[in-house]
Amino acid sequence: MPVNVVSAGFATTVQDLGRPGYYHLGIPMGGAMDRFALRSANLLVGNDEGAACLECVFMGPTLEFSEDAVIAVTGGDLPPKIDGEVKESWSAIRVKAGQVLSFDYLKSGARAYIAISGGIDTPPTLGSRSTYAIGALGGVEGRAVQAGDVLPIGAARRRVDEGRSLHAALRRSPGSPAELRVVPGLYWHRITEAAGRTFFDETWKVASEADRMGYRFQGGSPLEFVDREPPFGAGSDPSNITDACYPYGSIQVPSGTEPIVLHRDAVSGGGYFMLGTVISADMDLIGQLPPNTPTRFVKVDMQTALDARKDRAAMLDRVRAALA
Amino acid sequence: MTSRFTFGADEHIFVEVSEEMSLEAFFKTLSMTNAIREAGIDGITEICPANASFQIKFDPDVIHPDDLMTRLQQIEETAAQADPVLNTRIIEIPVYYQDPWTHETLMRFRERHQDPEATDIEYAARINGYDSVQDFIAAHSGAPWFVSMVGFVSGLPFLYQMVDRDRQIQVPKYLRPRTDTPRLTVGYGGCFSCVYSVRGAGGYQMFGVTPMPIYDPTQRTSYLSDFMVFFKPGDIVKWKPVDRAEYDRCLSEVEANTYQPRIRDVQFSLDDFNRDIDGTNAKLMEALYAG
Repeated sequence: MPVNVVSAGFATTVQDLGRPGYYHLGIPMGGAMDRFALRSANLLVGNDEGAACLECVFMGPTLEFSEDAVIAVTGGDLPPKIDGEVKESWSAIRVKAGQVLSFDYLKSGARAYIAISGGIDTPPTLGSRSTYAIGALGGVEGRAVQAGDVLPIGAARRRVDEGRSLHAALRRSPGSPAELRVVPGLYWHRITEAAGRTFFDETWKVASEADRMGYRFQGGSPLEFVDREPPFGAGSDPSNITDACYPYGSIQVPSGTEPIVLHRDAVSGGGYFMLGTVISADMDLIGQLPPNTPTRFVKVDMQTALDARKDRAAMLDRVRAALA
Repeated sequence: MTSRFTFGADEHIFVEVSEEMSLEAFFKTLSMTNAIREAGIDGITEICPANASFQIKFDPDVIHPDDLMTRLQQIEETAAQADPVLNTRIIEIPVYYQDPWTHETLMRFRERHQDPEATDIEYAARINGYDSVQDFIAAHSGAPWFVSMVGFVSGLPFLYQMVDRDRQIQVPKYLRPRTDTPRLTVGYGGCFSCVYSVRGAGGYQMFGVTPMPIYDPTQRTSYLSDFMVFFKPGDIVKWKPVDRAEYDRCLSEVEANTYQPRIRDVQFSLDDFNRDIDGTNAKLMEALYAG
């Protein structure tokens, strides 16, 4: 059952839960920036929770359906419209053959997920349909969706009722200012104690350079480094290291000025020091931060990270139970 | 050489074998990551070796981060005793130095460079004390290189030259990274050479370009039909300077899918290398060009 792409919106890509296992070759796990939203969208329409959806940024696509389907839109608040009539987000919506799905303006967040019953059935590469455009993997011919594309859709797994929705208490969005919890580590010892304090005390803002590879932040003070002789191979800037691996969520600060948090399409390594890592439970939130969002980095320890991870898992279990 | 272990929040352990680059650090990284792979520890999802460090990604729902940390620290003790001997392959890679495409790109990004009046290779030759670009190319292509990391983006190799430290080339990265780099550019940053596997952003100095694809997601390239990524850590590379005519000839073979890189199996012993660097490299060249 193909879906015709009338217009693509902005940076609309096919995403699922990604392709782990190839980071040692510089191929990142990829997949939805907001995995909770992707899973919820799939569960709403009766798909496997890791089925491929469309991830769209700021602006939605316009899609024409050639057969009846059930869809759901989750994530940032991007109101869906069927033949021009506004429908509920985070709900199962029935679409008939010939109808057109379009979107109103984004009200909050940054990324929305469009699940279609049966899931998007583009060919997987290295075990995933996720689009990794730099490496020309997944998606439609290894790239973002374009007007004129015809998206293949799989067979629906089960029938679900129109209107079933996910209670607002089971959705999650960043607060204001957004708070990203960080475990300090990696090359934390490279900055002075005062610089470390300032980093967590100040409010940063999401820069315009914020995409699937990483989110840049601005507005805080430049970091001060502990003096040292540069180690052989690192390069002479105090923020340089001998090129190493980068954890997902790690915060690198080239030249000590603008922190960059690496995300799902991260470069796997490079030569900048990192001061710590955003905890796994808060990674979904980052993808929902539009440029200029005030953001605080909050220093936490490992136990807090593990507790937060358990909370996220419990919340996902409640979503599964609600939509079983 | 005692390693530094640190957490990357709740899903990563990062291990810095050494702050500075050396073949000893690379070999320790290799033996530790091999030992960790062989240990088959439940919960480890990825093992990523890099130059003088490595990273483990794990699922903390399966193994507690502190328990995994303890296991890895125990493995360090046994891995330190592994023989630094490698059964690997040596590969000849043609390089068209000072090509027109990287030249066009570097001219576009001159304002991000340390020396806007010179090209990248002129700058690198000068700050490394070479009298001419030709002498610099002779040094860059004169001794082989180790692939000490694969990563950054799809299959990009970082390479470390197999010469004593006095002869190693060092260059800074661009002051601000470029937003564009031609595909298959041979680059340089810190003490590492690289080949940009795909077009994209980059901060390394640009010296030339190779006609030989090293990443092919379609796997149509004959020597990439088994897997889309060409390089793996431990591969040894010998650059072969080529002129425009030879570059074009290689490229037409690549396009006809008849290009076959020169590859030979070799054994490398770090101890033998340290005893006699030039002698070891000469033997590697014999193996590469035999038959």
